Amino acid sequence: MSLIPSLKPGGRHGVPSSESRDPIGYLVAGLNKLAQSDLLDRVGLRKPAEQAVFTVTRDGFKTLTTASRTFARAGSKGTAGTRPSAAPRTGVFDLTPSEDEQMLVDVVTEYAEEVVRPAAVEADETCEAPESVLKASLEIGLPILGVPEALGGISEERSAMAGTLVAEALAKGDMGLAVATLASGSVATALGLWGTDAQQQTYLPAFTGDDVPAAALALVEPTVLFDVLNPATTARRTADGFVLDGVKSAVARGDKAELFVVGAELEGKPVLFLVESGVAGLSVEGDPSMGVRAAGLTRLTLDGVTVPADAVLGESDGSTYTEAVRLSRLAWCALAVGTAQAVLDYVTPYVKEREAFGEPIAHRQSVAFMVANIAIELQAMRLLTYKAASRAAAGKDFSREVALARKACTDKGMQIGLDGVQLLGGHGYVKEHPVERWYRDLRAIGIMEGTVLV
Amino acid sequence: MAINLEDPKKFRPLVGQAHQVAMNMLRPISRKYDRAEHAYPKELDMLAAMIDGLSDSGASEGAGAAGVRRDEKPSEQGAGTKNGANLASVMSITEMCWGDVGLLLSMPRQGLGNSAIASVADEEQLKKFDGVWAGMAITEPGTGSDSANIKTTAVLDGDEYVINGEKIYVTSGDRADHIVVWATLDRDLGRAAIKSFVVAKGTPGMRVDRLEHKLGIRASDTATIIFENCRVPKENLLGSPEVDVKQGFAGAMATFDNTRPLVAAMAVGCARAALDLTRGLLAEAGTTVDYDRPAIVQSAAAAKFLQMESDWEGAYLLMLQAAWMADNRQPNSLEASMAKAKAGRVGSDITLSCVELAGSIGYSEAELLEKWSRDSKILDIFEGTQQIQQLIVARRILGLSSAELK
Repeated sequence: MSLIPSLKPGGRHGVPSSESRDPIGYLVAGLNKLAQSDLLDRVGLRKPAEQAVFTVTRDGFKTLTTASRTFARAGSKGTAGTRPSAAPRTGVFDLTPSEDEQMLVDVVTEYAEEVVRPAAVEADETCEAPESVLKASLEIGLPILGVPEALGGISEERSAMAGTLVAEALAKGDMGLAVATLASGSVATALGLWGTDAQQQTYLPAFTGDDVPAAALALVEPTVLFDVLNPATTARRTADGFVLDGVKSAVARGDKAELFVVGAELEGKPVLFLVESGVAGLSVEGDPSMGVRAAGLTRLTLDGVTVPADAVLGESDGSTYTEAVRLSRLAWCALAVGTAQAVLDYVTPYVKEREAFGEPIAHRQSVAFMVANIAIELQAMRLLTYKAASRAAAGKDFSREVALARKACTDKGMQIGLDGVQLLGGHGYVKEHPVERWYRDLRAIGIMEGTVLV
Repeated sequence: MAINLEDPKKFRPLVGQAHQVAMNMLRPISRKYDRAEHAYPKELDMLAAMIDGLSDSGASEGAGAAGVRRDEKPSEQGAGTKNGANLASVMSITEMCWGDVGLLLSMPRQGLGNSAIASVADEEQLKKFDGVWAGMAITEPGTGSDSANIKTTAVLDGDEYVINGEKIYVTSGDRADHIVVWATLDRDLGRAAIKSFVVAKGTPGMRVDRLEHKLGIRASDTATIIFENCRVPKENLLGSPEVDVKQGFAGAMATFDNTRPLVAAMAVGCARAALDLTRGLLAEAGTTVDYDRPAIVQSAAAAKFLQMESDWEGAYLLMLQAAWMADNRQPNSLEASMAKAKAGRVGSDITLSCVELAGSIGYSEAELLEKWSRDSKILDIFEGTQQIQQLIVARRILGLSSAELK
């Protein structure tokens, strides 16, 4: 191997490939090598504190997935599964949630305030959702929200609207923990929507029982200009099933997950595959990111993973996959709305209490108008999201509506995150206040595909 | 009931009708009256007669400038949510302004003064002023957004108020047969003393001084009106003649809660005209928007279009929300201002960006894109500028008074 490539600074550490070093640059690079050497550690110069968080969260872990349970095969293979019915259409413009939806929102709001928010700081730091938060999420029925009653769930009809309201309420507590608590339910909802009778009977009992498995919807890939409809992960048909190869990212709680729904290209079309953990060739590594850290984001590598012929979830013509992408974007929109509401609720009292030049900063138009714009854009984001959700619940095409909602939630949501930090000034930049976390979390909208859906 | 943000089903025929009128009646004369500023669009008389007919037959669902009146009586539909005249009004105005904003503003008997009368008048006044065409006179040479500071006075003398002052920017001020004018009963008592008066054209002492030459909405006449010892019957004062310092400005300002969604509707309609045409022009040039593919893997033009359409839909839904709340007798001052703020700024961005996307075709008078980007600007100014809307929203959200947040 030539020495030249390793002397080039580009292509690593965020340095573009076109960069070159001058003599001073080589000197600095050398000093940096020394600073990184074990020698410093041996003489005890490095603070022990540097280790703890870094090894877990930054360097990551890589491990083979392990099977911790066997999903007992059941149901008939060729038969279509039970489907939730579409919500009835009224034809009346109405922004009032149904009684059931309101009740659900009230319960989840209480959970978000009392359980989720207090756990958010530590979960963000450790990149892990605490057991207590996950357990409480089971008690309020989050994983079976989108599962039809006939299959042991609680939904009487298509749950996209209820799911949207729940995701919003959860994210008001914390986006990362919202993702962690919604991930399993997302896979259960997907099984309810698209699973065959056999797939539903095999997997859903675990989700409706007491010991709900971690599960993850893996669609994103670590690619620049990633187009979710064009996954690089491939599925090759064999005599008795498929072989999957590729890398997935932003997989929530991948290290704990026992069931994955993986997106892969099969014969020119994007298709969803059910992949159980522990299968040979499937490995997972930590992938801590800018935000949504409490969700325990991981990368999933599939190296010649074989799955049986009935591992395909839904249609293999791309339609199920596209529907999953849309429903997932809807969920991320709802998460953005909830987080942006948290920002507005936080900055409102702050700017009224914080004084500068002898009066509350809220008395200045430049500050007050930022708050006004947060409120205006947030409400627009919410209405766009609700419109897409209500169409999805009614079984109508919502591709346009969810695209418009996603655009607003990506752009305006990020602006709200920025303004939230700006309104607190230096206080917004430190971890004493949650606005810096919301700033990091809101960057996820528009990047994330999959992971959760409603 | 369930959450549903689709256009109300019962207004589909109305919206369809308005769209046909906009397309077949307004668009063909749109450029003509943009060029012939101050010429009276005589075609509108027949259209106004048709609208009156529809209104009498009930087919218009109560839509129009007067559709903003709020029932005092509880809805007879009981507990159910209502899709009523406010929604019908914003939706039909959206369609008409997809046709032409200037012509909509020139529609006989559909002036903003009509909305003011509908908002504040008592039953007797409603009857008295039924069928009038009323313009709205608030702004003065020295007073714009700070309308509490107006200098036009009204002094009670016997059974008449004597009005003195100068009003500018009166939409349809020349063509309307009545003017709703804001004047103060006592300048020392501040905003609480500001009342609105209906003045019939031909009343001695009121005269149209001149017409403005404008950037856009040139089909609509904008007048300066002078009041010199103009005497109007005291029954023409809208609302209560009492100066209630506690209630303050609320009476007169209530009009704005009703008219702001209408102006949002104008901006939304005009912007959609630009979006619809641009979508077609882009398609002819080989660029279409794919809603499922990420914007970053599409062309810059497609990505821009996606952003505009998203902004547009947000404004549209905020507008529907404000009208829906009015229909269901919920206070909507905050939501009305949100809708107008969003629609006003989005209207400008969309119409201007569509010109940019269409290049010299957009800039040329051969197409209407350049006209729409001139028309739309006023919608971020009149009935409360962008900044005034932000001020209202901020005060409501922050719970601050006008003394605290100036």
